[in-house]
Formats: sequence, C-alpha cells, structure tokens
Amino acid sequence: MSKSAPPLPRWADLFLLPLINLSAALFICGLVVLAIGENPIEALGVMLKGAFVYSGGLGYTLYYTTNFIFTGLAVATAFHAMLFNIGGEGQAYLGGLGAALVAFAAGSLPGIIALPLAIAGAAVAGACWGVIPGYLQAKRGSHIVITTIMFNFIAASIMVWLLAGPMLEPNQQSPQSAPLPGSSHLPKIHEILDLLGIQITSSPLNASFLLAIVALCVFWVLIWRTRLGYAIRAVGQNPEAAHYAGINVPRTIIIAMAIAGGFAGLLATNEILGISHRVILNYTAGYGFTGIAVALMGRNHPIGIFLAALLFGALYQGGAELDFEFQSITREMVLLIQGMIILFSGALAYMFNPPLARFIARFTAPKEVARG
Amino acid sequence: MADFLYQLLLTFDATLRIATPLILCAMAGIFAERSGVIDISLEGKLLSGAFVAAAVAALSGSVLLGLICAILASVTMSLIHGFACITHKGNQVISGVAINILASGLTVVIGIALFRRGGQTPTLPRDARFKPIEWFGVESFDTVPIIGAIYRQLVSGHNILVYIALLAVPLTAFIIFRTRFGLRLRAVGEVPEAVDSAGLSVTWLRYRALIVGGVFCGIAGAYLSVAQGGNFVREMSAGKGYIALAAVIFGNWKPFAAFLACLMFGFLEAATSRLQGVDLPLIGEVPTQLMLALPYVLTVLLLAGFIGKPSPPAAIGQPYHK
Repeated sequence: MSKSAPPLPRWADLFLLPLINLSAALFICGLVVLAIGENPIEALGVMLKGAFVYSGGLGYTLYYTTNFIFTGLAVATAFHAMLFNIGGEGQAYLGGLGAALVAFAAGSLPGIIALPLAIAGAAVAGACWGVIPGYLQAKRGSHIVITTIMFNFIAASIMVWLLAGPMLEPNQQSPQSAPLPGSSHLPKIHEILDLLGIQITSSPLNASFLLAIVALCVFWVLIWRTRLGYAIRAVGQNPEAAHYAGINVPRTIIIAMAIAGGFAGLLATNEILGISHRVILNYTAGYGFTGIAVALMGRNHPIGIFLAALLFGALYQGGAELDFEFQSITREMVLLIQGMIILFSGALAYMFNPPLARFIARFTAPKEVARG
Repeated sequence: MADFLYQLLLTFDATLRIATPLILCAMAGIFAERSGVIDISLEGKLLSGAFVAAAVAALSGSVLLGLICAILASVTMSLIHGFACITHKGNQVISGVAINILASGLTVVIGIALFRRGGQTPTLPRDARFKPIEWFGVESFDTVPIIGAIYRQLVSGHNILVYIALLAVPLTAFIIFRTRFGLRLRAVGEVPEAVDSAGLSVTWLRYRALIVGGVFCGIAGAYLSVAQGGNFVREMSAGKGYIALAAVIFGNWKPFAAFLACLMFGFLEAATSRLQGVDLPLIGEVPTQLMLALPYVLTVLLLAGFIGKPSPPAAIGQPYHK
C-alpha cells in the first residue's frame, strides 16, 4: 500500500465517499436479509414506501429526522473540538427533565412565555450534563469517552429513580411523569397548516422540526463564522498551536461540550413538548447513539447532518413498516444498518478513502499537468 | 444475629453470581487495553456471546456446543474490531460503538428470524444448562457451624463458568506479568515503536490480545444465557460490558485489582436488590435505583483523580503508524 494517497477532492469527500459507505453498509445488511430468506430489494422498497410514499409517512420520517438533527449536532459540535461525545443519550434524557420541570413551574404563564422557557430548560439541562464531562476532560484529564458513557448510565439511574418515585404520576403504575400543562405544548405541523387552510395527514411532526432547522443554521454560523467556532476548530486541530495562539483551551473544551449537550437536550422539545407531553421512561430510545452515525455520515457539516438525519429518519420510519410487511424482518434491521454505517463511515473511514482518491486522481491528474 | 450473618452470606453468594460476567469481561478488557486498544465493544461481544450460546444450545441441545459457538461469535466481533482499528487504523472508540450497535441489532434480527419469539430464544430445560456443581463433602461439612454454611453457599454449588471466571484472574495476571507474550503485550500498549524496532509485529500482538479478550467475553455471554439464565432476552447484557470497563479502569488495568472492583460492583448490586423497599434506621428507605449508579459515579470520580490516580497504558487509543 503506498503511503501517500493524493487528497480526496472536496465533492468526493462530501458526497461520493458517504454514498460508497452507505452502499457498503446496505450491501452487507442485504446479505443478512438474504440469509434470513427474504428479498433485500423488496425490503428496501417497503422501507422507502413506508418512509416517503404512504400517507403520513413523510411526516413520521421528518419527525424522526428532527431527533437525529439534534443528536447529530450534539456529536458534531464536540467532534469539531476533537472530543468524542458519546453522552448524547444522557444529555437528551436530562433535557427532558429540564423541559418538564420548567414547564411545570411555568404552568400558569401564557404559552408564549412558557414555551420558550421550557425549550430553554431542555437546552440548559442538556448543557449541564455535557459540561461536567467537558470540565473533567479539560481540568482533570478524564477521558471524555469514558466519562460520557458513565454519564449516560448515571442519567438513566437518576431518571428511573425520579420517574418511579418523586415524579411518578399519582395512581400510575408505569414509570412516567404527570402530563405537562398545555401552555408548554408545541403545535403539530398539521395543526399549523390546518389553520392556514392546508389539509395534510396528521403525524407527530411538530414545530420542533423548525427549531431543528434553526439549530442547523446556528451551528453553521457558530462553527464557521464566530470567534468561538474558530477557537473550537483550532483546539480540535491542534491544541498546542491553539494554546500558543492565545486560545484558552480548557475553556473552549468546556464551552464546546456545553453547546453539544444543549443541542442534545433540545431533543426533548420534539419528544416531550411536541408529542408525549410528559416524561416517559427511556424516551430517548437510542436516538443519542444514532447521532454518532449522523455526525459521522454528515461529515460534521450542517447540510451533511441534515441529509444523514433525513436518511436515518427514513430508515426508522421505513423500518417500522418492515414489522407489518414481513414475518421475519423487523425494525431492528435498522440498528444493523446503523451499526454498519458507523463502522464504514467512522471506524473504516480510511478503507475506501485512499483507493478512491487514487482512482479519481488518475482521471484528474493530467488536467493539472496541462494547466501547470 | 445468626439470621443477619446468613443474609450476608446469601448476599456474598449473589455477589459472586453477578460478578462472574463482569470478571470475565474485565479480564478481556485488560488484555485489549494493555495492548493499546480501547475496548468499548466488551458490551457487544458479551451480548452476541449470550445470544449465540442460547440459540445454538436451543437448536442443538448441547450447551457445550453453545459455549464454543459463543466464543467463536465473540472472537469474530473482536476480529471486526481489530480489522477496523488495527488493520485500517480507524478510531477505536467509533469501532467499539459500531460493534455494540451491530450486536444489539444482529441478535434481535437473527433471533426473530430463527425463533419468532420477539427476539427471545426458547427457554432451555434445567438439565440442558450449565448445572451447579456440588463440591465434595458438602453434607458432612454441614454440621460444622459457619464454615459448613460458607462451604455450601459460597464455595460449592456454582456452575463451571463461575469457577472459570475465578481462574481467569490468576491466569490473566500470570500471562500478562510472567510470560514473554505478556511482556510484549504490555510493551505494545506503552511504546509500540520499541516493539516494532525489536522486530515484532505490533499488529499481530494486538490482534492476539483482542482474540483472547473475545474468548473471555464469549464465556461471559454464555454464562448469562445458558448458566445463570435459561434463555436469551434482548439487550440482556444490560450495560455489564460497560461496568466491566469501569472495573478495568478502577483496577488500574491490573487483573487482581480489577477483580476486586468487579466484586465490589457485584456486591453493590446484590446488596441493592436486597435493600429494595427496606427501611434502614436513620437513613430511611434506600433509593435503590440511585445505588445502581454508584459504579459509574465512582469510576467518574476515580478518573477525575478524586480517588487515587489512574495510570492507563501510554499508547492506548492510538493506532500504530509505521
């Protein structure tokens, strides 16, 4: 293997490589479907139909997409500072606690005040759960990966305790909180469109989707257009150089983790303020981990994250359709695809890169010679 | 008083049962991490081992074949981990996360395809599992106060995998600190350049460390599904791989210390389940769910240097570039 593969052109890095990784992941999952004795093409067709074609399917897809945008941003923000935030799950979980506590406290206020407060509560609680591992990494040298993993479990224990004890709805058996006051409910998209006279199939898609789009824009501005974003990227590229350039490295790490946790916490706006209107046990359902796949596939760029989140939204919604159409393949197939995508676009990131770069260089190199 | 002592004895007995998979996974973690490879994928290997053991035992009727296949499955996961982060120098943490997610997907997908029971495997009859082994002379020792009870409850009456786990600790310590392979393994986790310039293959050493770890995780998985329990339930590893990882850190990457950490974490869980709903004097009712978080809290405090100082292998997490 030659050591110096030419650098990959930007378009190939942003579009072709993710596409190849996705194809490889789907191919292997297709083999598994084949081994089970079903037709992988048919399965893919069912998933696509479920995600986009069936009535309300698109709404569900975008509802999942919302979750993955938030958790993808939580991972990507930390990635820019070269921090691996596995704690999105716990940060999102505590975000739900923050949203609920604020919503209960602001119950008597009108929605126009209570709702933004509850959203802020979600972000702040998530940020708090991100900032502690950030602090421990920056000031005490703990490995952020291990700390965030541990924080996921600590968050889960705290929430089990709260939901089965102090926050348990009276006369309720299953661990969940009392319903949130109506002032903190986010409107559904089909309700909003109905007011404008447009009728669409009802789905869980709600205003938090718009918030997710705003979050993507904020992320872009933050990372590429602000002093803080520059500091975050500098620390990520080379902490020593950043330090000599006068950037306060520990402070930047802590802030990056706070922002990451805040993004994760916003997941609660979709799941709790938008849909369930109460805190339910394990409501994060692994969305935080999917965020890792989304950030890896989206190359930590807002457009990429949106597309990857949309892909996973479609996979989740389409995967639910598998349960109905097939006897032997179920939505857990999506976990398999997700694992494969993380493997190919994350851990095996250097497998397809050099050969692809050499392949492209073979076609583009003569032009450069002619120009020179 | 006698009743309290007996309760304590039962708690120690439960501690050992809970700690068994933790001990095996922790030893696996020590092999991997001592060679410089972060092993988040303990959880996934444990889960896939548990599934394969139960599935093969249910289909073939042989629990031993189940154990062997569990080990093979877990080693396969190790090889994927190695392929990604040793051969292709990928990020070890990302690879571990991928394997854990793959394991939770694959076990359910294949489980449903094979058995149509929502991801569970059929329950094995009692005599088709690993049975408790009654030690020599339990009956005659029964007459001896205290020691007889300890002998019956704590020493005797466990299945073979528990004893394998207990043997795995001195074995791991011996291999790592007393053999040539162990010396090289530690070297490759501290200064891989030195190992490389001595003409040894960094790649092959790290692969071997992962394979040994895979064997241990496979045994641990079989313990969960065909020794402690009688079938596979989805997500049955339930974070045990991560607790084992915590124990490795807590034990400062040393086999005996990690073993003690596993026992401590096991005792916490055993005591917690006994204290459920009990009103203790002065303290009141114990918030048992919060006590289950103690291993994680303690590990965070340790890593942050509030209790002792961790000293991980120097080259951990770094792919080796020639």
